[in-house]
Parts: sequence; C-alpha cells; structure tokens
Amino acid sequence: MKYLPLLIAALLRKKVRTLLTLLSVAAAFALFGMLDAVRVAFEAPRSVVGIDRLITSSRLSLIQPLPAAYRARIASLPGVRAVTFASWFGGIYQDPKNFFANFAVDPATYFDMYPELVLPPAQRLAFLKTRTGAVVGQTLADRFGWRVGDRIPLKATIFPNRDGSAVWTFALVGIFQAAAPELRASERQMLFHHDYFDEGRDLDQGTVGWYVERVTDPTQAARVAQAIDRQFANSAYETRTQSEREFQLAFAEQIGDIGLIVKAIMGAVFFTLVLLTGNTMAQSLRERIPELAVLKTIGFTNRAVLLLVLAEAVLLLWIGGLLGLVLARLSLPAIREATAGQIDLSMQTESWVLGLGLMTVIGIAVGLPPALKAMRMRIVDALAGR
Amino acid sequence: MTESAPTRILPQAPPLVVIRDLSKVYERGRQRIEVLHHVNLDIPRGDFLALMGPSGSGKSTLLNLIAGLDLPTQGSLSVDGQRIDRLSATALARWRAANVGFVFQFYNLLPALSAQRNVELPLLLTRLSAARRRRHAAIALELVGLSDRAAHQPNELSGGQQQRVAIARAIVSDPQLLVCDEPTGDLDRHSAEEVLTLLQRLNREYGKTMIMVTHDPKAAEFSRRTLQLDKGTLVDG
Ligand SMILES: Nc1ncnc2c1ncn2[C@@H]1O[C@H](COP(=O)(O)OP(=O)(O)OP(=O)(O)O)[C@@H](O)[C@H]1O
Ligand SMILES: [Mg+2]
Repeated sequence: MKYLPLLIAALLRKKVRTLLTLLSVAAAFALFGMLDAVRVAFEAPRSVVGIDRLITSSRLSLIQPLPAAYRARIASLPGVRAVTFASWFGGIYQDPKNFFANFAVDPATYFDMYPELVLPPAQRLAFLKTRTGAVVGQTLADRFGWRVGDRIPLKATIFPNRDGSAVWTFALVGIFQAAAPELRASERQMLFHHDYFDEGRDLDQGTVGWYVERVTDPTQAARVAQAIDRQFANSAYETRTQSEREFQLAFAEQIGDIGLIVKAIMGAVFFTLVLLTGNTMAQSLRERIPELAVLKTIGFTNRAVLLLVLAEAVLLLWIGGLLGLVLARLSLPAIREATAGQIDLSMQTESWVLGLGLMTVIGIAVGLPPALKAMRMRIVDALAGR
Repeated sequence: MTESAPTRILPQAPPLVVIRDLSKVYERGRQRIEVLHHVNLDIPRGDFLALMGPSGSGKSTLLNLIAGLDLPTQGSLSVDGQRIDRLSATALARWRAANVGFVFQFYNLLPALSAQRNVELPLLLTRLSAARRRRHAAIALELVGLSDRAAHQPNELSGGQQQRVAIARAIVSDPQLLVCDEPTGDLDRHSAEEVLTLLQRLNREYGKTMIMVTHDPKAAEFSRRTLQLDKGTLVDG
C-alpha cells in the first residue's frame, strides 16, 4: 500500500497518454459488460426446470387452436400425469411499445404445472375465485408500478370483447415470482382466466391455444409425445407435441452461436487492447529507465521493480476496466428504455467477476514484458544511458 | 541522524573500505575492455575522498563498484568488514539500502513526486511507519535547508535545489557511506559551492564517509584528499 503513491506518480507522469489508455480500456470493458450481459441472458435457460413437461400445439401452426375436448383424451393417456392449457391473447397495454406476453390459462391447474412460478396461497385462491382476475410476474408489476387491486385494461388485437369494445379489463389479484433468479424472464407475463376469456370472445370459442402435459417418467417423454400425436392423427386438428427440453435445446443451439459471436468480438477487442496498451506500457517504460535505475540504486530489489511495473499495468487495467463496466451497467437501463423493454439486460455478478479476472490477466499480460525488462536492466548501464 | 562532535579520520581503526587487487573488465561482443587494473585502496572511516582523472579513466566504474552497483571481475572489495563482491543481486540491493547514499550528476529525482516524497523513497524499504517516514524526510530536508520546498515538484526547483533534495534523499536512511558522481557537474559556481559546503558539513559534522568523483579541482578542494585515476590505475595526486 505504501507503494501506491509511486504507482500513481508513474501513471500521472504523462497524463494525456494515461487518460487515452484509460479510455480505450474503459471502452473495451464497456463493450465487454454489455456483450457479456447478452451472453448471460442467452445462456440462462439452461435449467432442469420443465424436464418432465410436454407442449402440444397444432401441427399446422402455433396460431391454429385445438379443440377443448382434447383435454380429457390427453389426460386419459398412459404416462400423462397432468394436463393444463392456455391461449394466446396478445393484448396491448396502453401502447404497442409496452409489449409483454399475456394469455389465458386454467387457474385451477396452471400453477401446479409450473411450480417455478411462486404465487402466495391467498392470492392463488383469489385468482381462482375472481373470474375477471389476473396475475402478473413481479418484474412486470415493477415495470408498470402495478399493485394488487389495480384494474388493468388490455386492448385486444385478435379477440374483440363480445360487448363490442376492444378493451378487456382485468382485476389484478396476485403477483408471482420466479423461484430462481435465472428464471426471471418468466416474471414478464400476465395470466388470466380462460373461462372469462372464452366466454367474452366471439371467435374460436371452445378451443385452446396449446396443452401442457406433465409426464410420469421424464425418460419416457418422447414415447408419450408420440402417443399424444397418434391419438389425433388424421383428425381435423392434428397435433405436434414437443418436450419443453427439446424446445429449449433448439433454442440453446441458436444461443451457442450467439455465445460464439460474443466471444469472437470480445477476442478481437481484447487483442487490440493488449497490443495498444502493451505498446503504451513499453513506451512508458523506455522513458522511465533512469527513474527505475534510481529505485534500484537506492536498494529496490529486481523483484520489487518487477512487481512495481506489473502493479502499475494491473492498476491501469482495473481503473479503466471498472470505469467501463460501470458505464455498461449504467447504459443497460437506458437501452431498456430506448427499446421499450424489448432488450432488457442486466449485469450479473458473473460478469463483474469475469471482467475483473480479465482486467487482471490483461494487466499482467501487458505489464510482464516491460516488467521483465525493468527487472533485468543493469543499473550501471541505465545510469550511463546505455 | 545524531549530531556529533567534528570527527577526525581514525587511522588506527580498520578502514571502512578495503580494496585489494580489484579489476573490472567489460566485454562488448568480442572486445574486452579492462577498465580497472589491480586497484588497491583503503578508505578510512570519516574520509572525504575526491577521485579525479581524465574522462574514461574508470572513475565512475570504481565508484559504482564501491557502492555495490556492479560486481568486480577480479579482486576483493569489503565495506565495513563485509565482502560485498560476494553478495547476490538481492542481498546487494538490501545492503545498498542500508549502507550507501547516492548523489548523481543529474539529481535523478522522480519527476512526478514532491521533494518530500522523493526524500522518503529509500524509507519505503524500511519498516518505518508513514508518520515516521514523513518525519525523517522532514529532518533531512531541514538539514539541506529546503524545508520550505517540501511540497514542490522537482521541475519547480533550481538545479542546486534539486541536488540538495537528492542529498537529503541520500542521507535520509542515515548510511555511513555517501558516493557522489560529479555532484556539481551540472551546476553553476554558486550552486556548486552550496552543494560542496553541504557535503563537507555532512563529512565534518555527521561523520559521513564521502567518495566524490569530480572533474573540477575547485570541487576537489572541499575534500580531505584527492586521488587520480589514469587508464584504470590509481596514481598519487
Ligand atoms: N557497461 C559498460 N560496457 C562497456 N564499456 C563500459 C561500460 N561501463 C564503462 N565502460 C567503459 O569503461 C571506461 C571507463 O568508464 P567510466 O564511466 O568509469 O569513466 P569515467 O572516468 O567515469 O569517465 P567520465 O569522466 O567521462 O565520466 C570507458 O571507456 C567506458 O566506455
Ligand atoms: Mg563518470
């Protein structure tokens, strides 16, 4: 710690150069902070939640509904332990920019199917009993400042209300939370009574958007899925059943590519950073040879000088890097505002730790060559300007 | 630093520096340059020795060897009974920190540090607390008459003042030996005399053993004795 003034003095020696270096380090780490938030967001759904769930939708397309009567037939199949269903609503709150997922569900069974959505028992009961009731995730509630008891009007895009108006009004009776931080994306949805929805609409009545099944044995999921689809083969409404896992794996593959792209970009950025900073450090060291010779003369050991130069490089990376990460942290909410919540990223502890690790590694990488040079420098040569 | 009565050279006490058959050879590629040839020299405690001689005669080389900045090719070199020609690089660095103060022609202060912090530098290698380091540095600056310049950066000081800061840095850890390589080589006459008077005081009042390389006979007059070096050999002057 007592050497800190020495380090700071070294950095302040050429203020403009240090500032420029700091800025390039900060820029690189700001980019890192944002891209790593993207990476974390995309890698998040790698969880075992939903390993035993299947999703049955129309073979033709997701928009095509399925008969409500399928529910009982699916439930009676061997290997199916529970069934629930849902329908896409696609309502708009105030402005199309406020997009969030909202759909009708079966209040009696939906939360049993999704135990990772945690709704307090009292609110769950209220949801069951209130026909016009709706529940939303915590993140969504926070975003719009909703409280239990609020009335939330949604403008229908597909299903006009039977009373002729496009507006459906729901009473907020509960707010659910994701059971784990990595499932927070599921807090950005609104759920309401399928009955209320079905009676209110004058289109596709008596249908549901999709079914969700829980299988008794996850290892048999594929066979159960085939059994379900076989049941409705050659009917007017053929089905396609997928495991949630499959769905996620397909998604994850897409993400693998994004992870690769992020890594490639960061690789290029950090490569440039190492060259740039390395060059600056080397130049700064050349100018300071006489000073370092003085330190050695008055008794600093070779090792002490090595550590001093290394510490200087690492300190430079830490200051610039943390500045960059803070910039990224501050700009992510701005990006969310600008994109009306479509791009909602946040920096996780993981990114800070990874960032600090990178700063240290890069600091050592750029500091080591000049530090070794300083360590090996002979005093008498340096004093004589050789 | 303890104030003591004016010291005399004590011939009966063992010399501080004992040099026997000392040679230094530099090898540049194929070329072998023998800079010092079999030098023998005793420097008693409390001496103020001026080393003179033509450029390239090996003055700095000899001074650097005595100060433990370089190792001889041959011969022995002991300071205060310790064979410093046998120390490892790290041990030698520690030894320098404890035993030698350095004054160079071009002051060699760190430009981004205040006078005070420059003087404190050698104390960073000790176990002294920050407060004690500050106090010792203040005393050293006081001694060279620059208390009022403690907060100044080197570029805000004249050459003579910078050299006095360098002297404060050289004495702050209270070493017994001070080596000065052309300490007035870059100074005008007036500043040079100030610096030389200061060095003389350090020798007379504080008993520091001084070795000073100089080209200037006037500067040499401040010493107790002068030795001439010619082509790597000591000749009486
Ligand atoms: N590291 C080195 N490598 C090669 N040659 C060296 C080295 N150091 C000194 N020399 C040579 O040794 C000789 C003596 O050098 P030194 O610096 O001791 O002379 P000096 O008496 O101090 O001269 P000056 O009065 O010019 O300072 C010179 O010829 C110099 O070129
Ligand atoms: Mg010289």
